[in-house]
Amino acid sequence: MTAHTVRIAQRSRGRGLGRRVAAGFLYPLGLPFLLLVIWGVASTSSTNRFFPGPLTIFEAFRETWIGPAFVDDVLPSLYRLALGIAASIVIGIAAGTLIGLFQWLRELLEPLLEFFRAIPPPVLIPVVMLLLGITDTMKVVVIVSGAVWPILLNTIDGVRATDSVMSETADSFQITWWERLRFLVLPAASPRIMTGVRQGLSVALILMVISEMFASSAGLGYRIAYFQRNYLIAEMWSGILLLGLVGVLLAATFGVVERRVLRWYHGIREVNRA
Amino acid sequence: MHVLSLRRPRSLRKVMLGVVGLTGFLVVWQLVPTLGLINSQYLPYVTDVFARLAEEFRDLAFWRRLGYTMTSWAIGLAVATAAAVVLGTIVGLVPFLRRATHTVVEFLRPIPSVALIPLAVLLFGIQMQAALLIIIYASFWQVFVQVIYGVADVDAVARDTARSFGLTRRERLSYLVLPTALPYLMTGVRLAAAVALILAITAEMVIGNPGLGRMIELSRSAGDAVGLYAFVVVTGLLGLVVNLVFRFIERRSLSWHQSVRGEEVL
Amino acid sequence: MPDRSTLLRVEHLRKVYESTNGDVEAIGDISFTMRSGELVCIVGPSGCGKTTLLKCLAGLLRPTSGLVEMDGEPVTGPSPAMAVVFQEYGRSLYPWLTVRGNVELPLRHKRLSRQERDKLVSDAIEAVGLAHAARSHPWQLSGGMQQRVAIARAIAYQPEVLIMDEPFAAVDAQTRADLEDLVRELHANRKISVLFVTHDIDESVYLGERVLVLSASPTWVQEDLTVDLPPQRDQISTRALPRFTELRTHVYDQIQRAKRGQTVAP
Repeated sequence: MTAHTVRIAQRSRGRGLGRRVAAGFLYPLGLPFLLLVIWGVASTSSTNRFFPGPLTIFEAFRETWIGPAFVDDVLPSLYRLALGIAASIVIGIAAGTLIGLFQWLRELLEPLLEFFRAIPPPVLIPVVMLLLGITDTMKVVVIVSGAVWPILLNTIDGVRATDSVMSETADSFQITWWERLRFLVLPAASPRIMTGVRQGLSVALILMVISEMFASSAGLGYRIAYFQRNYLIAEMWSGILLLGLVGVLLAATFGVVERRVLRWYHGIREVNRA
Repeated sequence: MHVLSLRRPRSLRKVMLGVVGLTGFLVVWQLVPTLGLINSQYLPYVTDVFARLAEEFRDLAFWRRLGYTMTSWAIGLAVATAAAVVLGTIVGLVPFLRRATHTVVEFLRPIPSVALIPLAVLLFGIQMQAALLIIIYASFWQVFVQVIYGVADVDAVARDTARSFGLTRRERLSYLVLPTALPYLMTGVRLAAAVALILAITAEMVIGNPGLGRMIELSRSAGDAVGLYAFVVVTGLLGLVVNLVFRFIERRSLSWHQSVRGEEVL
Repeated sequence: MPDRSTLLRVEHLRKVYESTNGDVEAIGDISFTMRSGELVCIVGPSGCGKTTLLKCLAGLLRPTSGLVEMDGEPVTGPSPAMAVVFQEYGRSLYPWLTVRGNVELPLRHKRLSRQERDKLVSDAIEAVGLAHAARSHPWQLSGGMQQRVAIARAIAYQPEVLIMDEPFAAVDAQTRADLEDLVRELHANRKISVLFVTHDIDESVYLGERVLVLSASPTWVQEDLTVDLPPQRDQISTRALPRFTELRTHVYDQIQRAKRGQTVAP
C-alpha cells in the first residue's frame, strides 16, 4: 500500500524569470513605493503644514524614537501591553473553559457577559481610574478589562461546540478529565480561541494608547498627544508611524503563532479545498 | 430518532438562570459599597446609579447628547460601508489589484485607529469631522476585508456553471457574485457597527466633541462617580442594542448560508 | 461450543426517548448473548435503532429498562472491556494529533510503562498496515486509512470486545472489501470478539459467524441466524458460494418483512 499522504504541491508557474521577479517584488512593494513617492511630491508642492513629506517624518522618527525616548516611553508602553495581553489570554481561556463546560454557569452568566461585551472598552478607563487611581497597574487593568471579553466569549463558544462524536470517543475510551481538557476540549476550541485572541490584541493596543493619552505623563500615547498639542507635526506623524509598526508587528507575531498552533486546522482546510 | 426533548422547560430555565445571574450581579454591586469594601465615592450604590439613569432619561439634554453620538455613528458607518463596498468589490474582482494592494492593506489595517486622534484634532479641532475621520478609518477595514473575502468566495463550480450557460458579466455579477458576497458584507457591517460605536464614544471622550463620551469624561473630571457609572451603563445598553439589531439583520441575510466565518473586531 | 464462555448478555433492553410531543420508543425489547471470541453482525432496516442499541451496549447511553452484562458485570458506563469504532472516522479521530498520538491517547491513563505503551501502539498500527503513516495526521490520509487508524486505536486499547458502528458505510466499495478482510483477519489472528453493526446485508453475511436481524422500530431481535460458511473467507470465492446467496436472500427477505411490519413481536 502506498501512502495516501496528501501533499499540497505548490503549483509551479512555468513562466519566465521576469514574471517571477514581478510577483516577488513588484506586487508587494510596488504600490507602497508609489504611494510614498506621490506623498513626497505632493508635500513639497503643497503648503499644508499638517502633512509633512515622508522624508521629514522618517527624519523625525529617527530623532524622536531612537535614543532615550525608546527606553522611557516605548518600552514601558510595550511592557504594559504585553502584560495586559498575557493576563487577558490566561484569564479569558481559563474562565471561558470553565463557563463553557458547565451549562448552568453559562446560562447564569450569559446576559451579564452579553452586556459587558457590549460596553465600548474605552469607557472603562475612567472607571478603572476611579477605582485604582492613575498607576501602572491601572493601565494594565484597563487593557485586560477590554481585551479579555473577545477571548472569553470565543473560548466559551469553542468549548461548548466540542463535536459530539469526538466527545463520545473520549467517553468510550474513559479518558480522564484532565486528558479530555488537554487533548480534546482545548485543541477543539483552539480555532475559536485564536479568533478571540486576535480581536483581543487590537482592543489591547487601542486601550494602551488611549489610557496613556488620558492619564499619563509618559508612554507612546502620551507622547503623540503631547506632540500634537505642541504642534510638533512631523514628530506626531512619526508617533503614528511607530504605533502602526507596533500594530503590524503584533499582527505578524500573532500570525506566526497562529500558524503554529493551528497547523492541523489550516491543513484540513487546504485538503478540503484541494 | 430525534432528541429534541425538553425544549420549553430548558428555555424557561435559561431565562430564569439569566435573571438570577443579573440580579445576583446587581445585589453584589449594591453590597460592596454598603459593606464598605470599596468606598461609595469610587463605586457608588447601584440604586443611586439607577436613580440617576431614570433622571437622565427624563432630561431632554441627555437625548440630545445621545443624538450627537448616534449621528456621528450613523454617518461614519454609512460612509465607511459605501466606500468599502465599492473599493472592496473592485479590488476583490481584479486579481491584479488584489495582489498589488495586499501589502498596503496589511500595513494600514493593524494601525490602531486611535493613533489618528491627534491628526484628527489638528485637522478639525473638536468638530464632528474629527470623530468621523476615526470612525470611518476603523470601520472601513471591517467591511472592506469581508467584501474582498466574499467576492473571492464564489464557488468554482457555480462560476463554471454560469460560464457554461453563457451568462454575461453583468448577469454573473448580480446572480452569482452579489448573493455570495452579501452574507460576508452583512458580517462586515455588523462588526463595523460595533466598532463605529466604540470609536464614536472614544472620540468624544478624548477629543471632546459633544456626546455621551464627553459626558463620561466630564463626570470623571468633576468627580461625579454616580454620573460616570450611569453613562457607562448607557453606553453598554447602546452597544447591546446595536449588537442585537445588526445580529438580527445578519442572521436574516445569512439564513441560507451554512458556513460560519471567523470574526475580527477593530 | 461449550468452551466459549458468555461475554456479553443483553436482556429485555428497552430505550425510550422522551420528547414534548410524545415519547419515541427506539428499542422495544432486545435480548441476545454473545460468547467470547465470536464475530456477531447486527443488521436491520434503516432507522431501526441500531446506533441506539450500540450506544446502550457501550455504556454511552442509559437504557430505559433492561440489562446489559459484560463478563457477568452490569454495564453502567463506558468500560475498558469495550472499544468502539464509530462510523464518522473524520470526527472520531482527533485532527490535532498524529496517527500515533490518536492510537496512544486512550492508553495514557492505563498503568503501563513507556515501553509497553510504545509496543502496543506500534503493534496496533502495524496490524492495520499503517506503519509508514504513523507520523501523519489523520486528515492527510484517505477515508479507508482513517478508519484503519480508528481500528488500530481500538485494538491497542486491548478490549474484550470491539464494537463497530457501521464502520465502513462512508468508504468506497473497494476499500470496504479490504477493510472487511482486515476485520476478519484481526478476528482470526488475535481472537478478538467483534460486534459489528451494519445496514449492508452482504457485509453481515460475509463477515459474521452469527447475524442478528432486527425488526423495524420499536426494535426486537427478529432472527438469530448462524452463518454456516467456512471460517476461511475470501471476497471472491465465499461470495460465489450458493450457501452465501441463500443466506443473503434469507436475510434480505427478513428485512423486507421487517420493513413492511409483517412480523410479530415474541
